[in-house]
Amino acid sequence: MTLLAVEGLTISLPTPGGPLRVVRDASFALERRQTLGIVGESGSGKSMTALAIIGLLPAGATAAGRVMLDGEDLLMASEERLCALRGNRIAMIFQEPMTSLNPVHRVGDQVAEGLILHRGLDRAAALAEAARLLDRVGIAQAGARLRAYPHELSGGQRQRVMIALALACRPDLLIADEPTSALDVTVQAQIIELLRGLIDDFGMALLLISHDLAVVGEIADRVMVMYAGAVAEEGPTAALYAVRAHPYTQGLFGALPDRLARKGRRLAAIPGTVPLANELPPGCPFHGRCPKAAPICRETPPPWASHAADHRARCYFPGAAR
Amino acid sequence: MIQFCLRRLATLCVTLIAASAVVFVVMEVLPGDPAVVMLGTEAQPETLAALRKQLGLDRPAPERYVTWLAGFVTGDLGLSQTYRVPVSELIADRLAITGPLALAAIVLSTAIALPLGLFAAARHRRLGDAGVMAFGQLGLAVPNFWFGLLLVLVFSISLGWLPAGGFPGWQGGIGPAMRALILPAVALALPQAAILARVARSAILDAMAEDYVRTARAKGLTRRAALWRHVLRNAMIPIVTIMGLQFSFLLAGAIIIENVFYLPGLGRLVFQAISQRDLIVVKDIVVLLAGTVVFINFVVDLLYAVLDPRLRSFRT
Amino acid sequence: MSLGPGFGWHRYPALIAGAAVTLVLVTLAAVSLAWTPYPVTELVIARRLQGPSAAHWLGTDQFGRDVLSMLMAGSRNSIAVGFVAVGIGLTLGVALGMLAAARRGLIDEAVMRLGDFTFAFPAVLSAIMITAIAGPGAINAIIAIGIFNIPVFARLARGAALQVWSRDFILAARAAGKSTFRITLEHVLPNVAGLLVVQATIQFALAILAEASLAYLGLGTQPPNPSWGKMLNEAQTFMSRAPLLAVFPGLAIAVAVLGINLLGDGLRDLIDPKLRRARA
Repeated sequence: MTLLAVEGLTISLPTPGGPLRVVRDASFALERRQTLGIVGESGSGKSMTALAIIGLLPAGATAAGRVMLDGEDLLMASEERLCALRGNRIAMIFQEPMTSLNPVHRVGDQVAEGLILHRGLDRAAALAEAARLLDRVGIAQAGARLRAYPHELSGGQRQRVMIALALACRPDLLIADEPTSALDVTVQAQIIELLRGLIDDFGMALLLISHDLAVVGEIADRVMVMYAGAVAEEGPTAALYAVRAHPYTQGLFGALPDRLARKGRRLAAIPGTVPLANELPPGCPFHGRCPKAAPICRETPPPWASHAADHRARCYFPGAAR
Repeated sequence: MIQFCLRRLATLCVTLIAASAVVFVVMEVLPGDPAVVMLGTEAQPETLAALRKQLGLDRPAPERYVTWLAGFVTGDLGLSQTYRVPVSELIADRLAITGPLALAAIVLSTAIALPLGLFAAARHRRLGDAGVMAFGQLGLAVPNFWFGLLLVLVFSISLGWLPAGGFPGWQGGIGPAMRALILPAVALALPQAAILARVARSAILDAMAEDYVRTARAKGLTRRAALWRHVLRNAMIPIVTIMGLQFSFLLAGAIIIENVFYLPGLGRLVFQAISQRDLIVVKDIVVLLAGTVVFINFVVDLLYAVLDPRLRSFRT
Repeated sequence: MSLGPGFGWHRYPALIAGAAVTLVLVTLAAVSLAWTPYPVTELVIARRLQGPSAAHWLGTDQFGRDVLSMLMAGSRNSIAVGFVAVGIGLTLGVALGMLAAARRGLIDEAVMRLGDFTFAFPAVLSAIMITAIAGPGAINAIIAIGIFNIPVFARLARGAALQVWSRDFILAARAAGKSTFRITLEHVLPNVAGLLVVQATIQFALAILAEASLAYLGLGTQPPNPSWGKMLNEAQTFMSRAPLLAVFPGLAIAVAVLGINLLGDGLRDLIDPKLRRARA
């Protein structure tokens, strides 16, 4: 059975002007031991999608559709049931390692907390396991570091602690929301390498959210591109990176300064900005910034166009970049 | 941690010395001749000379200051002009009322404010929250001495449940003495509690919005467990700050409340001393109260370090 | 999102309520300068300790004085004390805070330590000291309250000014060769003025409370000048015979302080809508 199947996920945030639909009709699937990368600019709805899966949307937000974990709809699950799953079968790593650990507790206790909760270990056993985990995520002298406070660690070390904390109960699904964005470039590579090794070892599925195409390209089996709350393109990493069916995907690659961009091509920014969820134009949400936009794009949202069996884009004029 | 404590201790000593120096200058140097202040301008020259000699005013001011400071260590603060008893005895007697009163008020105020703040934070944007916020506004606006008068009106004059004032003394048994302190303690504590509850509410709400609380929830902790294990300890840091500040208001408040309820504590004593121009007593009590405020701030600093490990290792 | 037509007064209920109460307070004080229902110095023993009636809406006190008239005249006193005490704190405190922010270094450190230190002496304590050597009186009470206000404003002004000093337009002004003093006057002060006004409102309310406490203790305004705190002190003696006498002045203090505090909160919301959302 598919580990995670998201069907027609729509998320609304409450605002003084009425509910704001920040994610619209997103559907995707994630198999065991697979890595799915979600790519998009900030405001594209990728973080909200992740929070909806783990059931930690901000207060007042509502989610419609289905989020099936092993056939169980998490959107319908009770809070009690979600608490039993969180940190146990689904775990999450956040963007800000500096603020995501509690400053007043020792890191050992923070890693051990989930083990005590879900595995029923006593504190000593949980701390011993925490030491093994810290060692596995590459923290030197893990046993001694158990007693450290977060402020005594570097950003990279803190993110390693966050990873150990998330992996403590050997989850089936790990969600990583921009796990490297706040880190130095050299540390980023180390953390990605670590994550890659860990998903092999632990046999878990990874949902990696990033605005960084290079990071996603290195680790993901499949990639999903989100724009203004909706899925724009989805396919196997290699195919999607080679073909770039959606003009928005092409734009993302065009804005990329490094080796992934084609040689000899000028670095091009996508003109304009992501429209806010409350001022979405009719038709395709991207038409205002799209070089290929035709009259029909302004009227009716485009249907899915399949490029290959498992590669599709929501565009009237999908096709390889020039 | 030890280094941190030593640094704080040094600051404490410097502040205490500075505070006492200010009091000394204001009360003994600025007025010119304290003996004249105490006895009045019509006093006989011989009487004035005798008092000057007794107070040691014939010695230079710095020397007097040092002797006076030393008195706080040895417990010898000289004789009260009006009571004809050692000032230290006088103060010790009165402290037996002011001390328990202030302590009761702080305990009561905290015991009311923290649960209330927690309740309001949990009911954020709902009726209970609005109620606590309104209660906080009232606490800021209602003067404690008037609140004391209202308590007397209701519980003493109308209902006759509790004494309107006075103090039977501890030797008459704990029961009657405690009864005499109930209304004063409530009058002091409730307005403070209202203010503290507002502070506690915002501190808890702020901490609840932190990233590490989301991490805790992602671990599988229930909302309640995340609150107890991750929010409260962090929220205590701003709460303790305000409690430290409130303590000085509470001491000032105790001076006033003792006069509302005719309690023979330090507050009453200092007023009697003012009307009798007993400068020695006034000076000692003012230093004692200011010193207590400074000392409480020192304790608050230490508490910070206990609550927040970041402060322990940084230079601070 | 549109704010709708006009200013949208309904979105600032605290501001409206606070401004209304403050306006009533100021009006009553102003009217009392020219007229009160009865002269406040008129003692008529025959009508002492009467309850509220058509002739005396809030009754009379132990000397037969009209309580409403006393309250009106007392508001004058409270407002005057608030203005002077806040004025002392505002002028000296803001000057010190601006100096600390502009010069930094040793001066900054000295101003901050002095502030820490002044907090050791709550207004009541300074008032006790001053009264012990100079005798009781309204002026001494005002000075004591004003002294306590200095570090409050110094800290606030320093913190806000430091933020302004780090902004780009200051750099531009410096590059243009303006002196520190001129920059402070022309750029820093206008940018922190809003914050200072809000704090001044709140300190004004606190000053009224402090003055009432001191007057109640006999350290503030002296008879025959009416003051709310003094009225409460006198009412205490007659509490079993005329309980309302101890209710009205306290109510006046509480309503005035509440109203001015609400005005301060409302002004803050107006100046900083972000803060409003965070606190709401």
